[in-house]
Amino acid sequence: MIFLRGIIITLSFLLVWQLSVIIFQLPAYILPSPIQVFAALYTNVNLIAQESLSTILETLIGLFLGTLLGSSLALMMTFFRPLKSWLLPLLIVSQALPTFAIAPLLVIWFGYGIASKIVTIMLMLFFPVASAFFDGLRRTDSNWLDLANIMGASTWRTLWCIRIPAALPHFASGLRVATATAPIGAIIGEWVGASHGLGFLMLNANARMQIDLMFATLIVLVFLSLVLYFSIDKLLKYFIYWQKEN
Amino acid sequence: MMHAPAITIKNAYLRYKNHLLFDQLNCYLPASKTTCLLGPSGIGKTSLLRLLANLPVDTKTQQAAEIITSDGLPLTHRISYLAQTDLLLPWLTCLENTLLGYRLRKQQSHTIRQQAELLLNKVGLSKAFNKYPHELSGGMRQRVALARTLLEDKPILLMDEPFSALDTITRLQLQELTATLIKNKTVLLITHDPLEALRLGHQIIIMAGQPAKLSEPSLLNNKPPRDLTDPFLLQQQGILLQQLTHANEKSL
Repeated sequence: MIFLRGIIITLSFLLVWQLSVIIFQLPAYILPSPIQVFAALYTNVNLIAQESLSTILETLIGLFLGTLLGSSLALMMTFFRPLKSWLLPLLIVSQALPTFAIAPLLVIWFGYGIASKIVTIMLMLFFPVASAFFDGLRRTDSNWLDLANIMGASTWRTLWCIRIPAALPHFASGLRVATATAPIGAIIGEWVGASHGLGFLMLNANARMQIDLMFATLIVLVFLSLVLYFSIDKLLKYFIYWQKEN
Repeated sequence: MMHAPAITIKNAYLRYKNHLLFDQLNCYLPASKTTCLLGPSGIGKTSLLRLLANLPVDTKTQQAAEIITSDGLPLTHRISYLAQTDLLLPWLTCLENTLLGYRLRKQQSHTIRQQAELLLNKVGLSKAFNKYPHELSGGMRQRVALARTLLEDKPILLMDEPFSALDTITRLQLQELTATLIKNKTVLLITHDPLEALRLGHQIIIMAGQPAKLSEPSLLNNKPPRDLTDPFLLQQQGILLQQLTHANEKSL
């Protein structure tokens, strides 16, 4: 049913697009028709696939490292209470910095290669993961903690057996936000300075007025982001099997 | 299991913010007997239980008490606890939930696993070993909680309204089951249900007033669980209800 609805929405969108190009007689350098875009996708499939690879790589590594950083920060703030009052303001300041503005700086620091993109992604997504996970860790049912206390559990065992699993649904919502943001981070990084990637390709195509290629790249990017999001979502649902859903 | 000691609580004191819940409270829990504690809501019954279990309190609470056991040993690691809610962990199966204490202390073994299965059989959950809590009814979940509590095999058992969230029939069944399984333990049972106290208790104490005081314990002679059709039970229930109504008025 969801699948069918998706197809219907996509088809009607393409239809409206094609019709508006025909009715308003828009030139291809302003808005290419879907047919032109798919033609561009077909002729440039090798180029796009090649450039996708580095974007995918950056996104996956950035997502992994950002999640790792975010969850470590959440665990540290839970465990070493004094750290929280020192760390939390820093985290919030890091989010007040616009990623777009510091991305050029990151390119200067980390180079034109993959590293600066990974750092950009990490900067963008460690916070949603850290704050969601930290929130979950703080909200452990106090009755569970009392029970563990009476059962003679150590702080570490209580954390491992009760607090972390109990916080996983929170962590999951943070990770979902992060997964949706990660490809954006990669594109920002590539726009600012890169020699590879879908963002680089789009910027080049734009400069050369190859608007059809730009749209083709955009479609691939959207497709990849969706695949990534739904894979992560599936995985999370598999591992957090006890979470209630309506 | 270690031999169950008698417990004496002396000069228990608890203040929450500016509100004195109780002061100079004394209480005696006889060895291997069930003491039922009744009284109006918010009077401090659970606080007394938490004080006994040495559970952490927030910074707004000040408390103190002298706790003496008949064998002179501290209470630490000799208590098991059954709460009003089952406190099952939703990501663990029934069997894993029953073994929670051993999992937390890293003491899981083949023997204890077998004991857990035996206990789950006893509480009537032989077919639910590998089910998750959300697949069970409230009564079944509380049975798992009971099995988890009993598997701890501690001489002292603290119960805080353990059956109050259940329907009447399930509650009566679980009371019966519990009574047969907690023999030889020193038990403190907090309840709102006079009938429950009369069925399960060896002695009944009423907590009332502001700050709260404890009544003299009323002793019940024959062995629990007492039969529901026992005319003595009904007569006592009437008297107890009167006392509780009085206690409620006194505590307003």
